[in-house]
Amino acid sequence: MATTVHEPPQTGLRRERDSGNGGWRNLVPADGDPRAVRDYSPPPASTGIWVVVYAITMTFAALTSALIVRKGSSLDWQSFTLPSVLYLNTALILCSSVTLEIARRRVATFMGGITIPGESPARWLYITLVFGLLFVTGQYVAWSRLRAEGLYLATNPSSSFFYLLTAAHVLHVLGGLAGLLYVIAKLRKSELRRSTLDAASRYWHFVDLLWVYLLLLLWMKL
Amino acid sequence: MHDVSAHAAQHHAPPQGFIRKHVFSLDHKVIGKQYYGLALVAVFVGMVLSWIMRLHLGWTNLAIPGLHLLSKTGAPGDIMTPEYYLQLMTMHGTIMVFFVLTTAPFAAFGNYFLPIQVGAEDMPFPRFNMMSFWVTFTAFIVLMASFFVGDGPTLGGWTQYAPLNAVGSVGGPGQGRGVVLWAASIAIFCVGQLLGSLNFITTTLDLRVKGMSLMRLPLTAWGWFITSCMGLTAFAVLMPACILVILDHVAGTSFFVPSNLVINDQLQPHSGGSTLLWQHLFWFFGHPEVYIAIVPGMGIVSHVLVTNMRRPLLSHRVIIACMGSIAILSYMVYGHHMFVSGMNPFSSLAFSFPTLIITIPATIIVLMWVGSLYGSRLRINTASLFALGFISMFVSGGVSGFFLAQPSIDIMLHATYFVVGHFHMVMAVAAIFGIFSGTYFWFPKMTGRMMNETLGKIHFWLSFVGAYCIFMPFHYLGIAANVRRYQAFVDDYLQPLIPVHKFITVAAIATGIAQFIFLYNLIHSRYWGKTAPDNPWEATSLEWSTPTPPPFDNFGGKHPVVYHDPYQYGLKSSTGDYVMQASPEQVATEHDEK
Repeated sequence: MATTVHEPPQTGLRRERDSGNGGWRNLVPADGDPRAVRDYSPPPASTGIWVVVYAITMTFAALTSALIVRKGSSLDWQSFTLPSVLYLNTALILCSSVTLEIARRRVATFMGGITIPGESPARWLYITLVFGLLFVTGQYVAWSRLRAEGLYLATNPSSSFFYLLTAAHVLHVLGGLAGLLYVIAKLRKSELRRSTLDAASRYWHFVDLLWVYLLLLLWMKL
Repeated sequence: MHDVSAHAAQHHAPPQGFIRKHVFSLDHKVIGKQYYGLALVAVFVGMVLSWIMRLHLGWTNLAIPGLHLLSKTGAPGDIMTPEYYLQLMTMHGTIMVFFVLTTAPFAAFGNYFLPIQVGAEDMPFPRFNMMSFWVTFTAFIVLMASFFVGDGPTLGGWTQYAPLNAVGSVGGPGQGRGVVLWAASIAIFCVGQLLGSLNFITTTLDLRVKGMSLMRLPLTAWGWFITSCMGLTAFAVLMPACILVILDHVAGTSFFVPSNLVINDQLQPHSGGSTLLWQHLFWFFGHPEVYIAIVPGMGIVSHVLVTNMRRPLLSHRVIIACMGSIAILSYMVYGHHMFVSGMNPFSSLAFSFPTLIITIPATIIVLMWVGSLYGSRLRINTASLFALGFISMFVSGGVSGFFLAQPSIDIMLHATYFVVGHFHMVMAVAAIFGIFSGTYFWFPKMTGRMMNETLGKIHFWLSFVGAYCIFMPFHYLGIAANVRRYQAFVDDYLQPLIPVHKFITVAAIATGIAQFIFLYNLIHSRYWGKTAPDNPWEATSLEWSTPTPPPFDNFGGKHPVVYHDPYQYGLKSSTGDYVMQASPEQVATEHDEK
């Protein structure tokens, strides 16, 4: 058996019925059963990752609004051309999402007890990890190019927002890489939960989409 | 009771050793107590700061013995400088809003009781939960450190308006490192609250035991859940705003400082920043923060009142809907803090309308409480008295909100003590009364001891009368055009108001001293109080189904099954006039008998 931990089986959902008034009506449990039975709850990691995604979305929404307001509030905004390496980075992170999806399916199959001889279930996770690290390196190269052009954090509000948004995104990518390492470690110890794998992959796809959004924003506004 | 394998996610082994049990604990109950302790320390620091400020306002140039120990430059000869007054005012507001009003009703009680009320063993991510407390604690230390760094804490007010927040030490004492520490502290605080919100939301949605539908959650659980949703949105915006402030200071960026700004005859090196940008980002957090402070109190007050009324509230569902409506509307009203900011007047109108609308769900909640109280035989104890006090303060402070919601009136009153009176009553005192109500109600469950009721009632009446004596005159001062944020009132038209300030100062000190009765009661009862039974208030929710104090895993290795709605009072059962949520007993109501 490849893995040791499984989600509890879904035992069927029944429609919830309540008085809705905290206690005025609908008192007597019919046939002694508790009403509003839900034997199955989604694993917290599945819900939690959407909570995390929402919070990060709000943070970047705040920074986006700051960029728009700041650009419109003064005439000191100087546009510059984005370093071309960013487009390569975009391709890298998009590829990483594809490889992660392959990894997720392979690992899920492996967790279901089916093994492919000669293939490590973590192989595509490692490939994703490499793509992620290349993306981070690529972002560093982009910052170096800008510095070579004399554009620093405080040079102009446009460069301030470039560094701010890309650095904030890279921090979240590093969080995703840490999540992938956690998944690999758990997989190696046969302690991986399906919900953990799904949560990590959803997060990774989210930071991928977030980068595409940021690239469009920077391309349009810088 | 039955075993539920679905809840394996939050399992963790019982802690071993003092450090794991009491310091870096993963147990939500210990973390809840840690948050409560932090709030208790913070509230006494904040209260002492307010005493110092009030003494200065009543008797300008009064030497306050020992004040120079706090700051030699801010209080030479124990007499406060105008700048130091503003520094203390800033710290008072920041400490109270973030580390008391957010921490105690939400993080402290929510951590302790939310998992128990849904029937869980713990939060789903205990390590994040532990981190949330220690991150918050670090934020408090960073903020307090600003007292001892350079020329003291920032003087920009708890709102830290731009451009003063970004110009550096040229803006006055504390505007250099003081602001950086303030912004770092708040950014760190935001991280802690986001981690907390993550746990609260997932606990509520995913860890409810069998039979615990959403509508069977007690109103306290609903209050914490709605608050965590608000916090998730608000703190995720405040954190990057604080980072922008820090960058303006340490990296030379120009997010908030406009062009050609001259301060103290010095042209500022920044250019093109937007001062309004900070206000938008801050108040997008700042107004929901008011409800982050008050909605948990609404849940606690409902919970305490319904237990002592011995009959259900008029409508559980309507109160939940109203709390949810308040949460959503809170993000549409924040611009009412900016009526005098230079914002487009049409924007003021757009923010004024939802500001008036948001009073509707708040009013409905109050009417639900009052309507439910009408004709009930309320058990009078300290917890229920503080719950009534909450309603009184919330209504008294809320009524003045109607005036301030209208831009034409707010322009006149905005910079006066009217606003100070308004928000202290509706947000601060009401929320603190909610904290007191929750403390007297849940203390037996948390410690296994009863608090002294006589001391509790003395504490209530002194606090209740004292709070009115302090904050009602503020409204009068505001109508008399007494400006706020001034450290002395030397203008001719303000001189006749100084006796009112003296009265407020005396009331503030007396009310503050009364809080030591509470502190004594808290500490004495913790060790020498009467032993508490498992369910001293004959309450119904799950926290009263477990032993007192609850064991490490809350329910002794089992999970309860929930058979009933949360507030089944006013009926005949084998236990009395109530049936607990976890009791399978079938009981008929008067309604059914009719």
